[in-house]
Amino acid sequence: MSTEGMIEHREAGQEIAPTTVAPVPLRRRGRRGGIASWGPPVAVAILMIAGWYFVGSVLLDPSKSYLMPPPHAVLAVYFDPDVAPDMYEALWNTATVALTGLLVAIVLGVVWAIAMNQAKWIERSLYPYAVILQTIPILALVPLIGFWFGFDFFARVIVAILIALFPMVSNTLFGLQSIDAAQRELFTLQRANRWIVLKKLQFPAALPAIFAGMRISAGLAVVGAIVGDFFFQRGTPGIGALISKYTARLESDALFAAIILASLFGVVVFWFFGWLGRRVVGKWYDFA
Amino acid sequence: MATTERAPAITSTTTATPTPTPTPTPTLIDFEHVQLTYPNGTIALSGVDLTVRRGEFVTVVGPSGCGKSTLLRIASGLETASEGTATVNTGRVGYVFQDPTLLPWRNVQANVELLAELQWDTQAVRREKARRAIELVGLSGFEKHLPRQLSGGMRMRASLARSLTLDPELFLFDEPFGALDEITREYLNDELLKLFVEQQFAGLFITHSVSEAVYLSTKVVVMSGRPGRIVDTFDVPFPMPRDPDIRYTGEFAALVGEVSHALRAGHGA
Repeated sequence: MSTEGMIEHREAGQEIAPTTVAPVPLRRRGRRGGIASWGPPVAVAILMIAGWYFVGSVLLDPSKSYLMPPPHAVLAVYFDPDVAPDMYEALWNTATVALTGLLVAIVLGVVWAIAMNQAKWIERSLYPYAVILQTIPILALVPLIGFWFGFDFFARVIVAILIALFPMVSNTLFGLQSIDAAQRELFTLQRANRWIVLKKLQFPAALPAIFAGMRISAGLAVVGAIVGDFFFQRGTPGIGALISKYTARLESDALFAAIILASLFGVVVFWFFGWLGRRVVGKWYDFA
Repeated sequence: MATTERAPAITSTTTATPTPTPTPTPTLIDFEHVQLTYPNGTIALSGVDLTVRRGEFVTVVGPSGCGKSTLLRIASGLETASEGTATVNTGRVGYVFQDPTLLPWRNVQANVELLAELQWDTQAVRREKARRAIELVGLSGFEKHLPRQLSGGMRMRASLARSLTLDPELFLFDEPFGALDEITREYLNDELLKLFVEQQFAGLFITHSVSEAVYLSTKVVVMSGRPGRIVDTFDVPFPMPRDPDIRYTGEFAALVGEVSHALRAGHGA
């Protein structure tokens, strides 16, 4: 792994330059694999499944077992040829909406934050709207979005963008403004213009915060896509549409399966952006 | 604020000239009655007269908050004097901050190249400047290391190297070794003196350590706070290059004592 390489290099460096000041030993950060990292969440999962069985088969009256179908019945849905293909296709549609929305939210959020960072008056003019974006109940807006943008793919993407945008704006802005005054002065002393300062100082310094924002936004974009499905079922709706269909038909095992699939997808996207963040800034920043 | 009536210090009559430069030596910093008043009315500096000539290493000691750093900020152009004139007669000014201020995502090489990069030097020129500077501070072999992989002392060296790429005529130091342990600090003091003798820059160094001040400089300026003003000046008679063992001589201790006295007189009284 990359950390190994860095250690080797340090030793090589010591031979070349036997100065009196020894480099501090490299901190090996929490990249422990093995049971220590996956043990606890697996244990929790086992406990939850056990609890699920307990509630479903002991506490619940057999006539009401549809309220909580046993885990193996839910698992079976994923292999049911009558249900599973629909579900995977719906997941794919949701994923397309969520990732498109996320991509737009990332670009828009970063640009928005950079614009606000250029001048106090721009920040003062635009920041309230970023906050409003976060505080208005998006659900109340969703019908409007339908009127304006139609009831298919495009409208669903807009919902995903609206929900995912704020963390990108606020995290990027925070990152851009987190630089040290002395580092800024270092550039000022060389008469660096604001574009150079942005490119060589502020933007790289903001990357950890931007990646943290992406991770939050990624999860939200998935939520946004599913919410969009509920309202806009034209075209090729995704897993949200299936969820409302299964609910209406009381097909609880398929409902559970769809919900779990949607959350798993959210987890994968979240994990992916964590991984990407560690890849890009992990060498110099302890990206949690 | 009581004005301190001090007996003329036993300043040595031999003005230290580290390198026998032909007269007149050019004045690199010339402050005349410099005053700095902040918009809120706080007077940070008042009536400061200070010159730094080529071949001089001037150290300013004073209690924290006395405006020592403000002096540097005016000399570097980061702040402008509200009254008086502050003249700096060179464009090649190196500035070493209190913290190493390295960019954590850049390795030592890229960090040292930064200033040359900001001056639009070509890559070949940048490389060469950085190589020389890294060699001068003894960091060869650590070019690929990230700041987080270095000790505090090594980070400060990298920071020094970064300023050295400007080939400064005047070097401004804002308590650069204040956060380091005693041993590292003494070691870096020696390295800095070596650079001073070899590279022939003039230095203006801020510190709150009196012995560091006396050891490094050709002239020690004592400041007192609120408002910051110069209360005393001492010439340091010891020749350059300086023998590290000079720290343990009686003369050295006597001078440290005098400076400390002046510092205390200016502070309290």
